[in-house]
Amino acid sequence: MNRIDMTFNKLRGENCKALIPYLTCGDPSLEFTEQLVLNLVQSGADIVELGVPYSDPVADGPTIQKASVRALSNGVTLEKIFSLAGRLREKVHVPLIMMTYYNPVYVKGIEEFVKRAASAGIDGLIVPDLPFEEAGLLKEIMDSYNMRLVLLAAPTTTPERMERIAGLSQGFIYCVSVTGVTGARQEVSERLDSFLDRIRAKTDLPLAVGFGISGPDTARQAAELADGVIIGSALIDIIEKNTEQGITEAKINSSKVLEEVSSFISNVKRAITIENVS
Amino acid sequence: MAKDSGYFGEFGGQYVPETLMPALNELEAAYEEYKNDSEFKEEFRYYLKQYVGRPTPLYYAEKLTKHLGGAKIYLKREDLNHTGAHKINNSLGQVLLAKKMGKKRIIAETGAGQHGVATATASALLGLQCEIFMGAEDVRRQALNVFRMELLGAKVVKVESGTKTLKDATNEALRNWVATVENTHYVIGSVVGPHPYPTIVRDFQSVIGEETKEQIMQAEGRLPDFLIACVGGGSNSMGLFYPFKDFEMVQMIGVEAAGSGIETGKHAASLTAGSKGVLHGALSYVLQDQDGQILPAHSVSAGLDYPGVGPEHSYFKESGRAKYSAITDSEALDAFVLLSRLEGIIPALESAHAVAFVCKLAPQLDKDKVIVICLSGRGDKDVTEVSELLRSDAK
Repeated sequence: MNRIDMTFNKLRGENCKALIPYLTCGDPSLEFTEQLVLNLVQSGADIVELGVPYSDPVADGPTIQKASVRALSNGVTLEKIFSLAGRLREKVHVPLIMMTYYNPVYVKGIEEFVKRAASAGIDGLIVPDLPFEEAGLLKEIMDSYNMRLVLLAAPTTTPERMERIAGLSQGFIYCVSVTGVTGARQEVSERLDSFLDRIRAKTDLPLAVGFGISGPDTARQAAELADGVIIGSALIDIIEKNTEQGITEAKINSSKVLEEVSSFISNVKRAITIENVS
Repeated sequence: MAKDSGYFGEFGGQYVPETLMPALNELEAAYEEYKNDSEFKEEFRYYLKQYVGRPTPLYYAEKLTKHLGGAKIYLKREDLNHTGAHKINNSLGQVLLAKKMGKKRIIAETGAGQHGVATATASALLGLQCEIFMGAEDVRRQALNVFRMELLGAKVVKVESGTKTLKDATNEALRNWVATVENTHYVIGSVVGPHPYPTIVRDFQSVIGEETKEQIMQAEGRLPDFLIACVGGGSNSMGLFYPFKDFEMVQMIGVEAAGSGIETGKHAASLTAGSKGVLHGALSYVLQDQDGQILPAHSVSAGLDYPGVGPEHSYFKESGRAKYSAITDSEALDAFVLLSRLEGIIPALESAHAVAFVCKLAPQLDKDKVIVICLSGRGDKDVTEVSELLRSDAK
């Protein structure tokens, strides 16, 4: 069984919600990312999303754009990210999902990319610029490696498309909570409710809400309606404000960031645990 | 899951966030409906004639022909369109379509500013709100066009991310569209982007080739031997080429920007020196590193300064139907000056690349051969930049 499926099964059995933090690999260094992931897992992360920094992240707002720039200007490559994933897999048991734009997958070669990811212990992929129409080949290859391709659904998704996404997505459905790009927002959309109802009507897959989750309050609101909460930009904000980008390398106050992240993630975890979710 | 439409061979597709997919499907359906709607076609034709000033002349460049001493050279004068370039053909078509679709707001990206000006113009004419995304570097290079857009009632958003040029202006326009898709139409300015854009833009620009075909038949009694046009994203070239694509005797050559020289790595020649990849929603040739990170392009001409190209051009390259070559900044500058002196026509720096290529090609051909160059735009927007470049060259 795939780790993503196992995790959601277990959480469902315990009536719990999944906490899924996102980070950009190599922001500002791979050594730091490694420490950060261990810290996230200790603080209560159920699944970790490893973001592959990209030169043209069209689905991302300013926070993740800047994280990508920091990571790329500090020399991160796909090879180094696969090695990082391999090292992490030896240390943590939670599912690791790689979030990448499609071009790095295409250029590496779809089969080669999936093979490398699978052997590094990656359990699934999220590809934000790959709608189901274009996802056939990737999904087929991932199936043969027992990896999950998580599709996204958006508030603009029509009922016909929702049906297809529900039928094709694996692991869970990534529910984009806003009509817009990634980035922390003050409150969840009031339409989240009916949006998630529309998806629920089509599938038994777990639903994880992402885009715009900024902290315990928005996480709680989302967790009341969904099976999992994805939190990215708010986490990266903590890195950004403690990082100084030099000419050749970035200086990060690691211990301060890890401390803040750990308390932030613990707070979010508390907010979405069952006794706090109505 | 497989999709059969929206591809040119293996190129094209729809590599965009799910949020945009319903809008692309809606656009495709609306376009399929209106492209054969006689009222829509009539309205579009009316504006092209009475407002844009079409048909544009096919001018026999006699002095340039004599100077080069070879093939006969004709210039398709897209520079004489209202707003000074071919861009208005597409902007007008798309804004008209957006209005039929009930959209209230128009956004567009722009490099040199020509597409921005054309879209701001069409929006003013048809009464839609308009916002243009332009890289900070291009805002600096093309200050006059920024003012023109503002004068036309558009808001110009300066894009500070990435390379601060056309690529990042396009990223930012896409991000804005993701957030505003319900009431906004994104007017993409070239034959790039996700399906159905490459097809829509090609069709609206095909008026260039359609007119050329009639005009050359009238002037020469036969089809031309060569069609030459510059290629950034590739809309003026596709507009010229497409109506000739089934006439095998007509050779088509797209001219990319070689910048400081292909060997220097500082260029914008995606077809000549790039590889297959996905950029701005389509699979095509792009400039990228081995990890698929898009590389910055370089060209003296802001309109060609783009690391990708329309997917149908990639298809033409693969199938061999068109050939592609590249011209350096300095060759383009020489042609800019030459055409101004010989014919009294100041070409856009983009179009000067096509002229420069013909300066090499024409002398090798017999005098009975016929070449048509798409003179895609006028060079007024470039004179400040060129005067600085020529001055620094002289030093």
